[in-house]
Amino acid sequence: MGVEGIGASVVRKEDKRFITGKGRYVDDIKLLGMTHAHFIRSPHAHAKVKGIDSSAALKMPGVVAVLTGQQIVDDKVGNLICGWAITSKDGSPMKMGAWPAMAPETVRFVGQAVAVVIAETKNLARDAAEAVVVNYEELPAVADVHAAIKSGAPQLHPEAPGNQVYDWVIGDEGATDAAFSKAANVVKLDVTNNRLAPNAMEPRAAIADYDAAEEHFTLYTTSQNPHVARLVLSAFYNIAPEHKLRVIAPDVGGGFGSKIFIYPEEMVALWASKKVGRPVKWTGDRTEAFLTDAHGRDHVTHAEMAFDAQNKILGLKVKTYANFGAYMSLFSSSVPTYLYATLLSGQYNIPAIHAEVIGVYTNTTPVDAYRGAGRPEASYLIERLMETAARQLKVDPAQLRRSNFITQFPHQTPVIMAYDIGDFNASLDAAMKAIDYAGFPARKAKAKADGKLRGIGLSCYIEACGIAPSKAVGSLGAGVGLWESAEVRVNPVGTIEILTGSHSHGQGHETTFCQLVAERLGVPISQVSIVHGDTDKVQFGMGTYGSRSAAVGLTAILKAMEKMESKAKKIAAHALEASEADIVIENGEFKVTGTDKAIALPMVALAAYTAHNLPDGMEPGLKESAFYDPTNFTFPAGTYICELEVDSGTGKTSFVNFVAADDFGRLINPMIVEGQVHGGLVQGIGQALLEHAIYDASGQPVTASFMDYAMPRADDVPSFNLSHTTTLCPGNPLGIKGCGEAGAIGASAAVINAITDAIGTNNLEMPATPDRVWRTIHAA
Amino acid sequence: MSTVKMTVNGKAVAVDVEDRTLLVQLLRDHLNLTGTHVGCDTSQCGACVVHMDGRAVKSCTMLAGQADGASITTIEGIAKGDELHPMQAAFRDNHGLQCGYCTPGMIMSAIDIVHRHGGQLDEATVRTELEGNICRCTGYHNIVKAVLDAAGRMKVSQAAE
Amino acid sequence: MYQTTYHRASSVDEAASLFAKGSESKFLAGGQTLLPVMKQRLASPSDVIDLGRIKELQGVELSGDTLTIKAGTIYYDIMTNADVKKAIPAIAHLTSVLGDPAVRYRGTIGGSIANNDPAADFPAALLALGATVKTNKRSISAEDFFQGLFTTALEDGEIITAVSFPVPAKAGYEKMRHPASRFALTGVFVAQTKSGEVRVAATGASQSGVMRVPAIEAALKANWSPSAIDGVSISASGLLADIHGTAEYRANLVKVMAQRAVAAAG
Repeated sequence: MGVEGIGASVVRKEDKRFITGKGRYVDDIKLLGMTHAHFIRSPHAHAKVKGIDSSAALKMPGVVAVLTGQQIVDDKVGNLICGWAITSKDGSPMKMGAWPAMAPETVRFVGQAVAVVIAETKNLARDAAEAVVVNYEELPAVADVHAAIKSGAPQLHPEAPGNQVYDWVIGDEGATDAAFSKAANVVKLDVTNNRLAPNAMEPRAAIADYDAAEEHFTLYTTSQNPHVARLVLSAFYNIAPEHKLRVIAPDVGGGFGSKIFIYPEEMVALWASKKVGRPVKWTGDRTEAFLTDAHGRDHVTHAEMAFDAQNKILGLKVKTYANFGAYMSLFSSSVPTYLYATLLSGQYNIPAIHAEVIGVYTNTTPVDAYRGAGRPEASYLIERLMETAARQLKVDPAQLRRSNFITQFPHQTPVIMAYDIGDFNASLDAAMKAIDYAGFPARKAKAKADGKLRGIGLSCYIEACGIAPSKAVGSLGAGVGLWESAEVRVNPVGTIEILTGSHSHGQGHETTFCQLVAERLGVPISQVSIVHGDTDKVQFGMGTYGSRSAAVGLTAILKAMEKMESKAKKIAAHALEASEADIVIENGEFKVTGTDKAIALPMVALAAYTAHNLPDGMEPGLKESAFYDPTNFTFPAGTYICELEVDSGTGKTSFVNFVAADDFGRLINPMIVEGQVHGGLVQGIGQALLEHAIYDASGQPVTASFMDYAMPRADDVPSFNLSHTTTLCPGNPLGIKGCGEAGAIGASAAVINAITDAIGTNNLEMPATPDRVWRTIHAA
Repeated sequence: MSTVKMTVNGKAVAVDVEDRTLLVQLLRDHLNLTGTHVGCDTSQCGACVVHMDGRAVKSCTMLAGQADGASITTIEGIAKGDELHPMQAAFRDNHGLQCGYCTPGMIMSAIDIVHRHGGQLDEATVRTELEGNICRCTGYHNIVKAVLDAAGRMKVSQAAE
Repeated sequence: MYQTTYHRASSVDEAASLFAKGSESKFLAGGQTLLPVMKQRLASPSDVIDLGRIKELQGVELSGDTLTIKAGTIYYDIMTNADVKKAIPAIAHLTSVLGDPAVRYRGTIGGSIANNDPAADFPAALLALGATVKTNKRSISAEDFFQGLFTTALEDGEIITAVSFPVPAKAGYEKMRHPASRFALTGVFVAQTKSGEVRVAATGASQSGVMRVPAIEAALKANWSPSAIDGVSISASGLLADIHGTAEYRANLVKVMAQRAVAAAG
């Protein structure tokens, strides 16, 4: 490894603009003649739109237009799609109602847009929006999954009777029943995985600019995947053909999944910019983010695990109700099925698994992928079950896990996934050592003597990342392939541009991707630029989510690099009158191995572009591209252990120590990897202790601002003690597994297992707020 | 409409704005100083923090008129030419930022924290003092490290002056 | 925010006269509550009268057994003031845990008590210490000043100029923070006056705003120690309940925070 190569904790190239206030986010952009949009949103969870009177608003100062849902339907803008088809156990396709970008007839959640005001300034648009009179006829609403599936419940979509989207199963039911019939012990658990609001700090925003002469649109948007946005806007929403639509995702202030999806506001901005003949800008505020950014999680699950007399797991049964909200968001259908139930084997040998997932409509904000997407729900369930089992079976929770670990790889689970490699004992050992697990009983006793309730909790998570082999996801219903593309351009002066379909919104690609180039060519990263986030610059890409950018995106860059290097070696060999096989690349030079003959990269590049003396038949230029389609998921795994104290007077939790031992395969930049883990851990801790997007029974959101929705602050969380145990992923040449979601996937169970250990009561739902913990302590 | 006169990053400015204009809107929309961000509607996230007469305030929770006559420093105004402020450098060196959206507010708050506490900073104090700044990316771990690191650097640079 | 007209007053008299000229005027002190409310279009004053630069509203005076904090004094200046720390350190502590650092640079004691948010900290201090609110027209006891949620004895256009606190023998304040808003989920201020009277006030707990807690006062009168409160039972009836705390939890917090405040008071 060079000082800037693979494995070096290089400080980030992109930081200078962010720390000097020169980042360029969508809301920072102004276009000439730009107008501003303000959406008129339903205050009701369920209502008929009987009429919209915009006559008074149109007379207000600065108003350019008021556009309604009926108009967008009349103009044949497509309904929002769900891109992953799921088939119910009876063989029927999932049942979905239509989701227009603005509701022409019926609103189904608070915050759904019915109209938009376009005006000269943001304030004037909002002023005028108050003068638009919408006549609603309220309908009964339902927010809770169990209420929604009861007979007589308010019905959201005629296409989905009983509010059921699908009833999907995975695994072998007969084999699982047989396993349970042999069980010495059965452990049962009911858990709720609380609904979360993603809350990237940058609210979503869009600027649409229509060029009438060219019939061409430009969209600046807060997206994790601008090419996917263009594809969907073009192929399904009828905005424009792809060559007439440029999508730019500039600096994006966090995503966590919530900026994967193509939202109504982008569609409306594009459509409106053509209607009014001027650029249209929309910047959401935090309340709009709470109301309209796709939420995460929201499962209600009953699970049972069967053990034999030696405490070996025999089987697992799971039944989960997944709350999808009022509409099926872009990838929502896959989250509680293929991203959740396929991970239910955890790190354990479980011979038989059967899971049933029932997807349910409610009058709430749509739910889709949020950091981890299905995998946190699986991991939380399994790790709560293991802890519950250890308590019920009266065995040490670490030992119970260890005795059931998968130790032989590859390992085919009963739920599709084939784990390629791992060493679960290594990460458990590392975490136990880091927290001095053996010394915990003495610490607990001392804390007790001091009047404190101390607990320790483990979580041994596994996740499937590197999403994903296109053929595999295609066979499971995905509407897209999940490969990645890259292009390497060596300029005539020898500087290098890497064009990637991955998108960085905090992950540090502008640094880590350069590190691969530095590693291979021995050039400083200052000579390398990363180009991303613009469909006019980058040919195609699937974007960044599911911890895929290093395992898939960087591998695509590697493939393109290999092609470029191969050509460059031919040019160098020709220039040096040597055999191509003897050329090695070192310190930015092409050398004839075993000699002092060498030619520097800039000279090779110049030769490629002057083309005065290339090998016969070689095309000029030094630019190569590649598409990389992974052969398998990757399987990051690890152990988190949390030690904490609970104040019995207030129910408040204070962290004593939090250790994480992760196996992410090869690390490109350990500093950045650890940053990803820190952030993920706090999102997992946030879910465990603080965060909950709540609706009342009538579908009114109770938590629509930071005044009510508790975001983790610096003083809510500890510093972390991280370590890495490494097994290289055999599925990609760099051996990378991915690190973006691990923290969020593994942390919640460690926290709840620790609190329940501290208070001596196993049943405790998330978020474990002081009130809830105090009531649990005093109910016991 | 009123004319608001103030000093921003050392330069005198006079801007005609509606009376309802917030300080952050004046900075972003009228002066094109887009480093100061807006992340919430309820004065909690701190993405908008700037210094007014040397004190860290939330520019989303002030009318522009309230800042008339004041000296405002934004994230764009703390480096000396190409030389980063020690807090900026510490955020970079400690990987105290990811998406960068909360970063300007974090840095402006953090400078004020160090000014108020001088050498008396420890981890718990930094965490408490960051109550008014929300970050969703970093888990705060490296932000806390950066502030502690910068506290040392700022002492050194003050001593040198 | 709706359209409004901004005025900066340079004296209390000028502020009062500017206020009278507007059709629906509002005074703006630090603005840390009013401006968020205006941003959400939940308030639409025709005129905003800024009190923030009025010199006569700034400062702290300690005179004998009375600590006077002028209404426009910002929290930061209160928590760092030597006289406050000396005379009533519990007020310095309360102010140091109120809001966040940026809020403490803008928010004022006058603004806080004029708003009388049921989860604000200062009302508990005023009530427990038996403070007097001075306005440009009169003096009002804390007991009479706070009249329920967001309601005070202030008349339209009346301006708070200062709050006077009798210096107690002992005082302490502890609060449990609301996990989201960071206001007080429940906070309790305990005070023992120099004449031996015990006064305890809780904020964030009651549906009627800041309240005295007679049961705890009686227990502490008999025995000024945290354990004296062990046997006190606080009824959940009439207490606030929301997603962050049931009424029973808040009843518990009144007791626990009172115990910790007594411990802090020494």
